[in-house]
Amino acid sequence: MLAVLASYRTLLGKKGAMAITGAALFFFLIGHLLGNIQIFFGPEHLNNYAAFLKSTGEVLWLLRAGVLACFLLHIYSSLLVTVANQQARPQGYAAKRSLETSAAARTMIYTGSMVLLYVIYHLMMFTFLRTGPGYSPHDVYRNVVLSFQQPAISAVYIAAMLLLGAHLFHGAWSMAHTLGLSGPGYKPWRRMVGPAVAAAIVAGYISIPVAVLAGWVR
Amino acid sequence: MQLNSKVPSGPIQGKWEKHRFDMKLVNPANKRRYKVIIVGTGLAGASAGASLAQMGYEVDCFCFQDSARRAHSIAAQGGINAAKNYQNDGDSVYRLFYDTVKGGDFRAREANVYRLAEISASIIDQCVALGVPFAREYSGYLANRSFGGTQVSRTFYARGQTGQQLLLGAYSALSREVALGRAKVNTRSEMVDLVVQGGRARGIIVRDLVTGELTAHSADAVVLATGGYSNVFYLSTNAKGCNATAIWRAHRKGALFANPCFTQIHPTCIPVAGEHQSKLTLMSESLRNDGRIWVPKKKGDTRPAAQIPEAERDYYLERKYPAFGNLVPRDVASRNAKEVCDGGRGVGPGGLGVYLDFAEAIGRLGENVIRERYGNLFEMYDRITAEDPYRQPMRIYPAIHYAMGGLWVDYNLMSNLEGLHVVGEANFSDHGANRLGASALMQGLADGYFVLPYTIGDTLARVSPADRLKPDHPAFTEALDEAKERGRRLLGINGKRTVDSFHRELGKLLWDNCGMARSKESLTEALARIPQIREEFWANVKVPGGASELNQSLEQAGRVADFMELAELLCRDALTREESCGGHFRVEHQTEEGEAQRDDANFSHAAAWEFTGADTAPILHKEPLEFEYVHPAQRSYK
Amino acid sequence: MKLTLRIWRQDGPRDKGKFVAYPVDDVAEDMSFLEMLDVLNERLTLKGERPVAFDSDCREGICGACGFMVSGVAHGPQKLTTACQLFMRHFKDGETVVVEPFRARALPVLKDLIIDRSALDAIVQAGGFISARTGSAPEANAMLIAKPVADRSMDAAACIGCGACIAACPNASAMLFTAAKVSHLGLLPQGQPERRQRALRMVAKMNELGFGGCSNHGECEAACPKGISIDFIARLNRDYLSGSLFEKPEPLSSV
Repeated sequence: MLAVLASYRTLLGKKGAMAITGAALFFFLIGHLLGNIQIFFGPEHLNNYAAFLKSTGEVLWLLRAGVLACFLLHIYSSLLVTVANQQARPQGYAAKRSLETSAAARTMIYTGSMVLLYVIYHLMMFTFLRTGPGYSPHDVYRNVVLSFQQPAISAVYIAAMLLLGAHLFHGAWSMAHTLGLSGPGYKPWRRMVGPAVAAAIVAGYISIPVAVLAGWVR
Repeated sequence: MQLNSKVPSGPIQGKWEKHRFDMKLVNPANKRRYKVIIVGTGLAGASAGASLAQMGYEVDCFCFQDSARRAHSIAAQGGINAAKNYQNDGDSVYRLFYDTVKGGDFRAREANVYRLAEISASIIDQCVALGVPFAREYSGYLANRSFGGTQVSRTFYARGQTGQQLLLGAYSALSREVALGRAKVNTRSEMVDLVVQGGRARGIIVRDLVTGELTAHSADAVVLATGGYSNVFYLSTNAKGCNATAIWRAHRKGALFANPCFTQIHPTCIPVAGEHQSKLTLMSESLRNDGRIWVPKKKGDTRPAAQIPEAERDYYLERKYPAFGNLVPRDVASRNAKEVCDGGRGVGPGGLGVYLDFAEAIGRLGENVIRERYGNLFEMYDRITAEDPYRQPMRIYPAIHYAMGGLWVDYNLMSNLEGLHVVGEANFSDHGANRLGASALMQGLADGYFVLPYTIGDTLARVSPADRLKPDHPAFTEALDEAKERGRRLLGINGKRTVDSFHRELGKLLWDNCGMARSKESLTEALARIPQIREEFWANVKVPGGASELNQSLEQAGRVADFMELAELLCRDALTREESCGGHFRVEHQTEEGEAQRDDANFSHAAAWEFTGADTAPILHKEPLEFEYVHPAQRSYK
Repeated sequence: MKLTLRIWRQDGPRDKGKFVAYPVDDVAEDMSFLEMLDVLNERLTLKGERPVAFDSDCREGICGACGFMVSGVAHGPQKLTTACQLFMRHFKDGETVVVEPFRARALPVLKDLIIDRSALDAIVQAGGFISARTGSAPEANAMLIAKPVADRSMDAAACIGCGACIAACPNASAMLFTAAKVSHLGLLPQGQPERRQRALRMVAKMNELGFGGCSNHGECEAACPKGISIDFIARLNRDYLSGSLFEKPEPLSSV
């Protein structure tokens, strides 16, 4: 067990931690999305689901603590790795052409930071109810609809989800690779499945403000 | 000087076994007190370094490359022979021994060759254990192929990179010893002199190629594993850095140089493209299995190959050697190519090339089969020449490839200087006048893994580590001063010609006068010209930069200066050897069929030359060769 | 054809270095890039200037000695090609070509285009071997290795250690180099006993030497003259992470 902690000393160990926490957050995103899209089944459905979550008590707090811990470790590791990577080439190239990498891969630290800012704002709005128009702690459905009816809030949300999409575009495949879940014949995964999963998640999330703005959900 | 080969008595099958018992052993507890210097980290050097360090000796390795892994052994494509008889085709130690002696045109020492064949099987075992990914059959067993015209399949290979994989095996074993602190590898370090005192090799002088610093290194034995001297011809298939400085400096200090005229020419290289050409690229000999060699019948026919009708093509090898056709041995194929090109029928730029045509094979077997067999070679050819060999014939021309000659060594792989061992291509021992394909890798690893580790013990057991000279001994300080002076002299000439221009001039002269075909006339001319070139070199070369820095021009200048002297010995040996054998072809000595004609009555010996001075004639010592088992016969490929 | 070369000139490890432009007027199409530099160097020498220092040896794409950046790409624009096998026919008349050394903290510049790659040797020394004492090997055919496994091992073993992967990596990471070695040996049955320790030691050494981490950009694979796949990096990750879980790092021992 100590050896596992010792492995955190290397960049590869840190990447492993990022991949594991990234994977946990990835699955959280999927779970969260599955909860959110219940909005399409009507107010009762969503509010019951929210009530059920709250009724689990300690379990919910454990889950929240877990997600928070993953967030913190993911971010902390990414900062250490980014700094080390920059130090690994003190003098850059006068000319450098990229052959393979994507814009998404090169901007992970930025998309990640933006998503972090958005998550704070998001928690303030929907969890702590400190911002947003006239919220009620027991009517999640109404809170969501009221918020997304404001184009500015929807726009910020959609933008944040697109950044998240960019993060996942590289991250979904990258975490699998870092955890060694790759091998000969996995290239299609990298090219197709990773981005497809990212696109599906982002589309799922964006569907909610779009539906509210379009008046399908009111 | 009496040359003592120290070949043990008794039947050839038991000589090595008997000798291993007779040799002195070093007490295991004492081994760590002995220090061995190894120069060169190719197959022979790296395998010796790893093995000696494992045994407990203190090992100090030196290479001029930036890593031990880059030695030129890495470029060998074809494979490595071993008498495993996995194919059940009648191979045996004795057959490999027989083929090697015969292939060497009866100019090798029987006992050495037998030992080589005997050890060959263990080499494969050792390499597999170290993780060399040899080609396998679907069954999981090791695969073999037939190579270089032998009638049994005894060649093991790892794609087209056998040399690289074998070297990585030895290099990784050596790396482990470095990690354990039992061996040291000094990279970017070039040996510039050997230190001899009291008739014994005491150490070396090394130039740090990054800082230019010259340092003295003392040891109980020195091993040279520095490869061959083919680059004396400037254009060869050797790497740019390959040089003869280590063995030449040892020669100047008293080590005998044997059979320098035995150089091997490879028939299937990509022809020279222009004056800027820096080296020649070899294409695997296996191409001749399916390619047909031809030139136009008409002199100066400049039509593209496709427009020359069948009736106007001369498939000269098939015409002259109906039994062997395109598969005649390397030297025969090379000489014939030269002959048709000298006759004005060569193809490509400068008329120095012959066609190697796959059209017939593609028609017969289909393009896919050819792609499967030679795809990577065709790609390489296309990359270099921008010509597609699937559509038009390849152009090939012979090039210098390997040096069978080298420092004279006895059965213990020790030179005539006590404590100086020479292994791999750097020594003269096992290939006689001609080396068989896939045998160089075998010899390098045999020497390093399985011969030297035993024989060096016999050398070391005779000396005490307490007698090792301190690096500040006058023998070392004098050598250091000499090396410094030499560098100063080269830098101080400040003439009008570059080092490379001299090297090119020397190489061309050697290639024309002492290459594929040699004559009394051409050699005499070369012997007159070389001292002139050398003289001009020392008066008119321009070496920029300083001595105390990374200075590639200075490195090259030192090497070329040594080539200048070696070239002369090479020609002198060729002139003295009034016969043709293997890679040495004297036009005066050929059969009616145009084959090499040996003169066993007068030249069945190794010619070992003693240095007497750069401007004085060397002294020839002869080691008579006796053939008790394989009886000399005339080769015929008709 | 005519080219303008903008070449990085640096006198020594501590020199700051700068780009110098050299017009070359008579570049032949069938010259290799290195032969063109040879020609330039001959001229510089005769003019009394210092020739451009660059490493090269075999000049047939196998020794791994050569390598520098050619207009932003390690070993130049031709895929699966080392600088010595890059021919001038791939350049356009009048083109300006930027030539600079591979750059990484762990591979410092020694002079002009020459870098110090001893860090790669150090990684191999940390564990890139199978401990098999000379003379102790069993009969080679006593151990069967399925052809696909041997072939895959060979795919990884094809690494020539040139450092292009590090040069091309946005993070100057040596993961592909290390992964190739770990996979070459780790795929083979004879490499099993030390498989995880090998990964642990080599990764720790790589880290210590100051290489960056892997962000799975894939630039290394694209730049590799031998086309070594980043799938091997996943394999290294597997060996390293499982090694961290199941094994304690052991110091190398001679017994």
